[in-house]
Amino acid sequence: MEENKPTAGSLEELKDIRRIMERSSRFVSLSGLSGVAAGICAMGGAYAANHIFRNYYGEYNSRGFMTGDDFSRLKIKLILLAAGVFVLAFSSAFYLTWRKAQKQGLPVWDPTSRRLAWNMLMPLLAGGAFILGMLRYDSWIFVAPACLVFYGLALVNASKYTLSDIRYLGYCEIILGTVNMLYTGLGLWFWGIGFGLLHIIYGIIMWNKYERGN
Amino acid sequence: MKNPITGLNKIFDNRIRLGVMSVLMVNEEISFNDLKALLEVTDGNLATHLVTLEENGFLKVHKGFIGRKTNTTYAITRQGEKAFSEHISALENMIKGVK
Repeated sequence: MEENKPTAGSLEELKDIRRIMERSSRFVSLSGLSGVAAGICAMGGAYAANHIFRNYYGEYNSRGFMTGDDFSRLKIKLILLAAGVFVLAFSSAFYLTWRKAQKQGLPVWDPTSRRLAWNMLMPLLAGGAFILGMLRYDSWIFVAPACLVFYGLALVNASKYTLSDIRYLGYCEIILGTVNMLYTGLGLWFWGIGFGLLHIIYGIIMWNKYERGN
Repeated sequence: MKNPITGLNKIFDNRIRLGVMSVLMVNEEISFNDLKALLEVTDGNLATHLVTLEENGFLKVHKGFIGRKTNTTYAITRQGEKAFSEHISALENMIKGVK
């Protein structure tokens, strides 16, 4: 009889409703290890960029002058490095998230991940266009702060469509980017902390919270 | 339809119908295939329950096309939202009542 439905049943039903609402509106397979992997790639990239800069300035100090060609070569090297780091970070992060989704028996490409990707992409594309615009006028000093701020905004926006903890990583990136504008000479350091260290810390916290037990 | 004692809605007795409503509460609209994947049910099974919900005025159906393929999407109605909220309140009250 319906009237005598045990309370345990009601509780189960409410839990079911909650679970389905959660799963149908948020992408829950984002792995913490993805953050760690992306962070390691970024750290490696920052280290390599630092090396490239040192060589460039080392040469400048010994020769006493640099040509426009040298500068163009430096720019190309840095842009290639940035692209390489992005591809490596993205593919390793994607692989680890794909693996987690497989373990959970959930699809990687479903309405929730589509929504997540779209909402994350919008601020990133705007940021990318903005940075390319600055580079066109050879304005380098705000590249690192702009990367951090736009990435932070993308994360805050994305947090509505995945595990919401990622919002705090977004806040940290925005703050870091803003502070970086006061110390433009240290862009590479800020970039390394924001994309490297913070990702690794966030990834470990997330992994600890959601994945370790399972 | 409503149980006078507990306030539970009989239509939501079924797990699949309950699932459909839960999904529609938090998604503006969803396609048949996405719904099927989310709830892990067969075509025929899902279709029957969707008809029941539609007949009760709890959801609206939109038949569209993606290229040549039909793409049917579902959205919740005001009435459906109200009925489902009441059902959840009733469930909560049952739990509170025992404590």
